[in-house]
Amino acid sequence: MLRRTLLASAAAATLVGTSLGAQDVTKVGFVFVGPVGDGGWTYEHNQGRLAVEAEFGDAVETVFVESVPEGPDAERVMTQMALEGADLIFTTSFGYMDPTINVAAQFPDVMFEHATGYKQADNVSVYSARFYEGRAVQGHIAGQITESNVIGYIASFPIPEVIRGINSAYIHAKEVNPDVEFKIIWAYTWFDPAKEAEAANVLIEQGADVILQHTDSTAPQAAAQAAGNVYTFGQASDMAEFGPMPRVSSIIDDWAPYYIARTQAVMDGTWESTSTWDGIGPGMVGIGEISDAIPAEVKASAEDMISRLASGEYHAFTGPINKQDGSAWLAEGETAADYTDDGLAGMNFYVEGLTAEIPQ
Amino acid sequence: MFGSIDPQLLLASLMVAATPIMLAAIGELVVERAGVLNLGVEGMMITGSVIGFIAAIKTGNPWVGFVAAAAGGAGLSLLFGILTQFLLSNQVATGLALTLFGLGLAALLGQDYLGVKAPVFPDWHIPLLGDIPILGPIVFQHDPMVYLGLAIVGGVWWFLKKSRAGLVLRAVGENHEAAHALGYNVIRVRMLAIMFGGACAGLGGAYLSIVRVPTYAAGLTAGMGWIALAIVVFAGWKPGRLLLGAYLFGGVTALQLNLQAASLSLLDVLTGIALVAAVVVIVVGLIQNRRFTAKMLWWAASLCIAAVFFSLYKWLGWVFNETLWLSSSPYIATIFVLVIMSSGGAPGSLGKIFHASR
Repeated sequence: MLRRTLLASAAAATLVGTSLGAQDVTKVGFVFVGPVGDGGWTYEHNQGRLAVEAEFGDAVETVFVESVPEGPDAERVMTQMALEGADLIFTTSFGYMDPTINVAAQFPDVMFEHATGYKQADNVSVYSARFYEGRAVQGHIAGQITESNVIGYIASFPIPEVIRGINSAYIHAKEVNPDVEFKIIWAYTWFDPAKEAEAANVLIEQGADVILQHTDSTAPQAAAQAAGNVYTFGQASDMAEFGPMPRVSSIIDDWAPYYIARTQAVMDGTWESTSTWDGIGPGMVGIGEISDAIPAEVKASAEDMISRLASGEYHAFTGPINKQDGSAWLAEGETAADYTDDGLAGMNFYVEGLTAEIPQ
Repeated sequence: MFGSIDPQLLLASLMVAATPIMLAAIGELVVERAGVLNLGVEGMMITGSVIGFIAAIKTGNPWVGFVAAAAGGAGLSLLFGILTQFLLSNQVATGLALTLFGLGLAALLGQDYLGVKAPVFPDWHIPLLGDIPILGPIVFQHDPMVYLGLAIVGGVWWFLKKSRAGLVLRAVGENHEAAHALGYNVIRVRMLAIMFGGACAGLGGAYLSIVRVPTYAAGLTAGMGWIALAIVVFAGWKPGRLLLGAYLFGGVTALQLNLQAASLSLLDVLTGIALVAAVVVIVVGLIQNRRFTAKMLWWAASLCIAAVFFSLYKWLGWVFNETLWLSSSPYIATIFVLVIMSSGGAPGSLGKIFHASR
């Protein structure tokens, strides 16, 4: 009790201090799950942070803490940032969801933005990108270039975002190659290069010649390169240094426009709690250059799919699609809704044809 | 029976997966046997990984990378040695600080090397031995560092057990005042041990960035140094058990990834392991004792009961998060086996500050 009072008064003191001392400078904090040099997920969030600095110059001050574990320790880091006078805090991993909500409740005057979660509050917005649109393109390419018909998938944690990615990639690989099989490894980590490389090697040893990853480091790319004749896709960042082989394309997260817009909103005092979920169309999801290591007609059809996804003409989850147990999910021509039961936001089932089980 | 798993490749990848932990752990074992607790293994590992990587890129020669990594790790540990041995700082705090420092230093040095590819470090195909069917590809067709790591473990075992210098080192670790009274230079022994530990940790880190991954990313070691520290403790400060612990950890890690990719059921595998272990207990017991003893029957019976339990659990269809258990299995298996075997306590002077005037 005493501790809470102390924290609160310290917070009040700091906030007063900030508003008196540095009236014009907006302080923006970032909590990162991996190191900014991971070459993937956190790297791109940090690029967004740098874009905010470049846009506003001296009018903003940004701070970040990297490699923050998902869990109670994240609350400590966020609390520290809020106490040090941050006006806006971006928490950039799914596992920060509850910590963000908890800390936000203690600091009603600080705005929070949580990436990839689904819990909002008056001062907590959520934002995410429709990575599954990029996964659709990956599946479309992977299904056509695989010769062994085995596609390896390095998954991180069994959360809706990851499951959506697996389903989307599988549906579109199956569409172009009915014999395709997915082998899925759950790494239970976002970032552990040695383990990711190990997982890639195991998948390759078991016959996979295309590796998709939902972990953050470039290790699977390097492992695939060492193995030779294996295709990969850059994850979260372009990972172009591994092209044209093994990396044949990539999903690029572009957070910069969103971060700039939200920082601007805090400066203008127009910030409101919102839920943003943008895909290829608005540019939050980018598809990296498709390399010439794959056949030209595959490249052309993938580019066609990208433009249809971007224009909204095609939805990555368009029926008929059954769930893994054979029950109907989407009827012919029906597209998946975002927030209903069985909607995309809370997706916790595989689609028909995947043989593995979701850990739960 | 094994699904899509190739047992030969699995056993081969075990040796590679175990090497970085083994290298870091064997260095720390020597340090702790000399009575010094260096918690900076993670920092020295990652510094070694980045320095080795940069040297290997610059020269195009992985061997230069490994030498540089060992030197870098030893250099960083020298800092720890000066602080704790001459300036008598607290070893736990200094070790933790060394980890933080190492992580930061590596991130700084490695900035320009993210996503760069390491030069190729070819596997050795050992003549004759490598041609043995089955065994050859598993044991004798790896890169030289795998064998260097094993040689270091063997050398440390011999050094501690058989050599006079090893006896002095153990004496310093068990009771530094007695060793000092006998005229041994405690500080010098410890400084050398600390630098050996740093060099080994550096090698382990470089093995990750040059061979295992093979690229550099910030935070490459992702906690492996802490696992190495834990293995030293669970191995009871004995090189043989340390080898077992590192291989067990590396092996179960490779195994669990294989099981996941092949979608084999963990409960089936556990049933199989328990039954095979029961047979092994009976056979080994018969060979050793030439008759059935109560103890071996008890072990075999408990293993069979465990097997029945696992298959019953699966048959009943109770809730069981396969993947979660698989992911934690390397930690559980290593701790379980080493604790069952455990004996021998920590070196008597471990973590204590020595000053000749006291």
